[in-house]
Amino acid sequence: MQRFVDLTLNGVTYGMIYAVFALAIVLIWRATRIVNFAQGAQAMVTTYIAATLVEHQANYWLAVVVALASGLVIGGVIERVIVRPVEKGPVLNPVIVTLGTLVALEALAGIIWGGGLRSFPAYFSQIGVVVGKHRLAFSHFDIYVLVAIVSVMVLLVLLFRFTPLGLRMRASAFAPEVARLLGVRVGRMLTLGWALAGVVGALAGVLVAPKLLLSPNFMDAVFIYGFTAAVIGGLDSPLGAVVGGLATGLALSYVGGYLGSTLEALGALAMLMVVLMLRPQGVFTRVTSREV
Amino acid sequence: MALPGTTGSAGTSGPAGARGRMPAWVWKLRLPRQPMIRHLVLAVAGGAVLFGITSAVGSYDDYQVAQIGFTAVAIAGLSLLTGANGQISLGQGAFIMVGAYGAGMVLVHTGLPVFVALIVGVAVSAAAGVVIGLPASRLRGPYLAGMTLALAIGLPALPLKYSSTFAGEQGLSINPLQPPGTVDPQRWLAWYVLLAVLIMLVLMGNLMRSRFGRAFKAVRDDEVAAALSGISVMRTHVLAFAVSAGAAGLAGGLRGLATGGVVPDAFSVALSISLLAGMVLGGTGSLLGAWWGAAILVYAPQWATSVANSLHLRQGQGSNLALLFYGVVLVVVVLLVPSGVQGALRKLAGWLAQFAGQPSQLAGVSTGTVVHKGEEGP
Repeated sequence: MQRFVDLTLNGVTYGMIYAVFALAIVLIWRATRIVNFAQGAQAMVTTYIAATLVEHQANYWLAVVVALASGLVIGGVIERVIVRPVEKGPVLNPVIVTLGTLVALEALAGIIWGGGLRSFPAYFSQIGVVVGKHRLAFSHFDIYVLVAIVSVMVLLVLLFRFTPLGLRMRASAFAPEVARLLGVRVGRMLTLGWALAGVVGALAGVLVAPKLLLSPNFMDAVFIYGFTAAVIGGLDSPLGAVVGGLATGLALSYVGGYLGSTLEALGALAMLMVVLMLRPQGVFTRVTSREV
Repeated sequence: MALPGTTGSAGTSGPAGARGRMPAWVWKLRLPRQPMIRHLVLAVAGGAVLFGITSAVGSYDDYQVAQIGFTAVAIAGLSLLTGANGQISLGQGAFIMVGAYGAGMVLVHTGLPVFVALIVGVAVSAAAGVVIGLPASRLRGPYLAGMTLALAIGLPALPLKYSSTFAGEQGLSINPLQPPGTVDPQRWLAWYVLLAVLIMLVLMGNLMRSRFGRAFKAVRDDEVAAALSGISVMRTHVLAFAVSAGAAGLAGGLRGLATGGVVPDAFSVALSISLLAGMVLGGTGSLLGAWWGAAILVYAPQWATSVANSLHLRQGQGSNLALLFYGVVLVVVVLLVPSGVQGALRKLAGWLAQFAGQPSQLAGVSTGTVVHKGEEGP
């Protein structure tokens, strides 16, 4: 029982991280109908930047802010320079181009920071909280993770629902031509969407890094789990991404706890296969007919 | 590498007689129309040239020819899937692993001949392709890419988890081929690999020219129209996935023979993505292009290592430079030359033919379009 509770708590924390990462994937998918396979690599780079700052005695919060800012810049630049030319073409081109970006970023990180493992500091204690007689698998750091992610989600909802900028972004994603006719700079909105996704991904990176170890491909698995979460939610729905994230986090925590942590990625594969077989459009979206 | 050279004999004579008239026999040089015979002729000619190369070079180069061979068949499988059928797979490395373990287990645990082990590897891998292909048949572009990426990340954990069966991190160790008489072992390996690869490529080339190949393309171009014409979209997708996985399985079995072992580490995501880079670089959808892609994948790490040395980078940065190269290639080729090396050659041949005042029939013959016309985009 104790173990089950621990795995559940663990699953919720990881689930929230996958959820926020899934949110980054959904942000881009809604704006441009592209899955950004470089999302994880972008977050890896920003986390390395933060780690380098911390190693040079910078304040943790400063490092996090710099990571988020560089996520913004990297996301925007990648959209503008690499993705924009293939946005209109065949569906596979953006996949290949973002994969190329993924590999190139991982190789660059290996060249700049070396391929070895690094640790990333957790600002708060990672030792579990004691409730009654038990030490739960839930630490102050986990509380910080949850608070940070929930506040980012709230901020995103506020941005998209209640600001003119959010309205413009939604309009460009929903009906680009009409939006353009009404004077919205659609291209800029798309770049901004990618930049925002870069920030959200960067946040996921600095939050998950203390739990894992930093290496050039440490975000590969997180990307896949975030992708799984997003697909469960239907790729289109922010709420679906959050629920999918929690579901993925819990399921993988049980798989890791009861079957062995090496099988987590295969667990994600199995979840993807089952969801896509039963409900390819995801759990949280309405059925749309395929275009002829 | 050498294949296009053999078939490009008409094309290479182009620059020499650029403006003047070509000798008449050049225009009569045409490959047989029957696909089966044409593919066999191409394979035999290519095999002869490769045989010549392997006999001329040293032991180490022979090994690299073998590497190019099995890399080419893996890329050709991917190319068939993506170019002809319009599906993308980031799991080609995982299928190579399945084939390598399938063939390796047979070699380690039984006394069966090597070719039987290779066939088992192909069969196991193709079966895995069916399992993955079934859900994949309902998916499009990015969904499929994500799922196969999960496969590539997840599968190498399996031998570690069941280490008593699959020998864990150490991996299987496989005895090298026994060459007859005094033949150099690496040369024998190269011949063996090339023979197996050419057989596979001829089979794949024939498949592409058959009812099934046409179904692949019909489904790629318009699923609804294909379904209305009586083609089962799902079955076609699954078949393409299985064939592609089977080709990867052969590559895996041969790789095990060449490297003398099968370790889970070797089948990383980077392998899958580098194969994708090889495919895009060679020309998506072209079986001949796969050879260009394979040659680049085999030589790129060496160039990268020497570049890393000359830049005085830290030890072991060569592999990172090679990865960087693949990444940049994927981006740049898709943005600038979507038809890859083979497409560029084809365009060049067509241009030369036009220049020499002959109709474009040469364009098809000179670069030996084994499969079908290249895709405009992958």
